Amino acid sequence: MASEGLHEPLQLLDEAIIDQHRARTSLCEELEAIDWYDQRVKATSDASLAAVLAHNRDEEKEHAAMLLEWLRRHDPVLDGHLRTFLFTSEPITQVEAEMTGAAPGPDVAPGTQGSESLGIGSLKGAEQ
Amino acid sequence: MNHLHRDLAPISDAAWTAIDQEAKTRLATHLAARKLVDFAGPHGWSHSATPLGRLVSISAPSAGVTAAQRRVLPLVELRAEFKVSRTEVDDAERGATDFDLAGLDKAARQIALAENVTVFHGHPAAGMQGITERTSHEPIVLGKDTPRYPNGVARAVDVLRQAGIDGPYGLAIGPEIYTEIVETTEHGGYLLLDHLRQILGGPLVWAPGVQGGIVLSLRGGDFLLDCGQDLSIGYADHDVDLVRLYIEESFTFRVLEPDAAVALRVGT
Repeated sequence: MASEGLHEPLQLLDEAIIDQHRARTSLCEELEAIDWYDQRVKATSDASLAAVLAHNRDEEKEHAAMLLEWLRRHDPVLDGHLRTFLFTSEPITQVEAEMTGAAPGPDVAPGTQGSESLGIGSLKGAEQ
Repeated sequence: MNHLHRDLAPISDAAWTAIDQEAKTRLATHLAARKLVDFAGPHGWSHSATPLGRLVSISAPSAGVTAAQRRVLPLVELRAEFKVSRTEVDDAERGATDFDLAGLDKAARQIALAENVTVFHGHPAAGMQGITERTSHEPIVLGKDTPRYPNGVARAVDVLRQAGIDGPYGLAIGPEIYTEIVETTEHGGYLLLDHLRQILGGPLVWAPGVQGGIVLSLRGGDFLLDCGQDLSIGYADHDVDLVRLYIEESFTFRVLEPDAAVALRVGT
């Protein structure tokens, strides 16, 4: 069995889909491990154990980042979203509003919206 | 107020909303390059140049020192003007939803075409080379027989793989050839469009301004559209009958990996 997480018959899936499933499942496991380690670091009263757990936790973050990058290279839509949201500094919901061209907030008139761009940005992943 | 001067236009909020919405819809259809290359920004109107991370040696101002200057690629500003009738604009405030924006539609096509041409074939006056100019691979001839296009596309994908360029891959194709592909079925009734998508592992994009076709990797990091001001609508002036507006953007385009694309030529 490729994974208990497969929800469709194996014969209906292809190698690319299964590889992406493997990567996403691994990413979930890494993030879950980070969460577990984080709680244990906080909970233990042994400082030397806390140091080891924190070290291991931070290695899982490296693993998660590597998996996310692999997924980005194989999923153009995810790539587009990561390029939109990552390493920005303005409020995240504002980044989304600019991307989608969503209506501005009640205190901002349409003619005077922020940068006044149409908010088109990247269309990678949108075929037509 | 900013350089677009939208608040000086005799246009109501309802009409601005309709104009912006119409522009977004039209532009999204015609902006083919953004469906295939990486997009960075928008960095804003004040962003003037893309750093290239390179130095060029220059003469020193005095003895005992060396001098070098950072290289940058200045942004190009593109602008397409259009006019709207003040009567039509006023009707939008009355609730009209079908007012005439033919001028806007034409301007959206023109500026999207200019962006596509810059990305795919370059803009020499702006010092920007396009993908077909920078590719390190010889073009592949598709031939005149549409049902045989998969052979040429598969060869292009093979060239990229042999060069160590990972997929998925996309295909930008000019409108006339795109229509031929959509209209063609292979033996057994299989749609040529679906066959090509299967070979590419990615999209086939209708691309106004593209001569022939271009197969390129979508893995990221190979082609960069670096945007200053993203597409925006500004106000120029008005008289008693018409309001003159424009669509504007500023950007640079660079090919970072010339091995990551192959041009396709139609014909013999």
